[in-house]
Amino acid sequence: MKRDGNEYSSLRWFLKGAAGIMSIPAFILMGAFVGFCSFSYETGVPMAQVAVMTGLIWALPGQLILIGAMIAGASLPAAAIAVGLSSMRLMPMVTVLIPEIRSKSTPTWQLLFLSHFIAVTTWVYTMQNARDIPEQGRLPFFAGFAVTMTCVNVVLVAVLYGVIDRLPEMVAGALFFLTPIYFITSIWASARSREVHFAMVVGLILGPIFHHLTPGYSILFSGIAGGIIAFALERILPRKKGAQNA
Amino acid sequence: MPDSVFDNGYWPYIYIIIAGWLVTDIWRWLGVLVGNRLSDGSTILVLVRSIATALVAAVIAQMILYPSGVLSTTPVWLRIAASAAGFSAFILARQRMIVGIVVAEATLFGGLLMVT
Repeated sequence: MKRDGNEYSSLRWFLKGAAGIMSIPAFILMGAFVGFCSFSYETGVPMAQVAVMTGLIWALPGQLILIGAMIAGASLPAAAIAVGLSSMRLMPMVTVLIPEIRSKSTPTWQLLFLSHFIAVTTWVYTMQNARDIPEQGRLPFFAGFAVTMTCVNVVLVAVLYGVIDRLPEMVAGALFFLTPIYFITSIWASARSREVHFAMVVGLILGPIFHHLTPGYSILFSGIAGGIIAFALERILPRKKGAQNA
Repeated sequence: MPDSVFDNGYWPYIYIIIAGWLVTDIWRWLGVLVGNRLSDGSTILVLVRSIATALVAAVIAQMILYPSGVLSTTPVWLRIAASAAGFSAFILARQRMIVGIVVAEATLFGGLLMVT
């Protein structure tokens, strides 16, 4: 079974990706899902729906928005628009990740299928590691990590549902607090161009402002306004010496 | 009318499939299709990436300022302070995520112990 280190088969790269479940980003995400699980239990979402939602959406902000819409009794189109707007961010992430993980022979249907497993954590982890892997190993490595992460977290929310309400409130709160901090730091750290940093700062400032100005549409408006401002800043502000627009 | 939207037969699952899965994966599929065409440095991609990041940032701001669940019982100033402390530590530690997360959580925990 032992092979030469450079000649990993697809299966070996898949397993190497799957082993990423024992990594700090993976633990953080599991912590965030424990928090999500606790939140779902509190709000009365049944366990089966929590698990199905986790597997099908596989994007925490979208899941939170969907639950919020269900509680508020929002109509299906209203909920679909709200979730769709929050999931928009996945498109450029996928767009950037695809050239990193595919090889020339990768069929598009494989990418369409595997793109489901791209979310913030799997994106950051794959972007950070793909460069060190030979081209033919990247897609299996990503698939191993991302599919394992999704499955483990679906099982996690199903198993822990109803258990975590017995955790002290402070622990549940701390776990739930992981998500925003993890998103800020991971997106900041993995940004390869400066407009991402501009957009993060402007979005954080505009979010609460639009929350008061246009309740219900604050994410959409702060996203569009913040994005345009960040884009303008990227064009207008002089670049640092040596900085590249990657 | 059922007591809750959550125990209404198959309806919640249809809701999840349409308003959750479809509207999320459509962006992933578009990302795959566009990823084959747009070059990384293109102007359109810079704009789309800016808007997408600002959208996520607004979601993050909501999670911190207007959370649901147990976090909503914590003081808002403490959540803001913990986020700011965590982010500052993250920057000072040369963008090591774990440092930012530990400091943010420690600030939140420490603050709660002092308040209660």
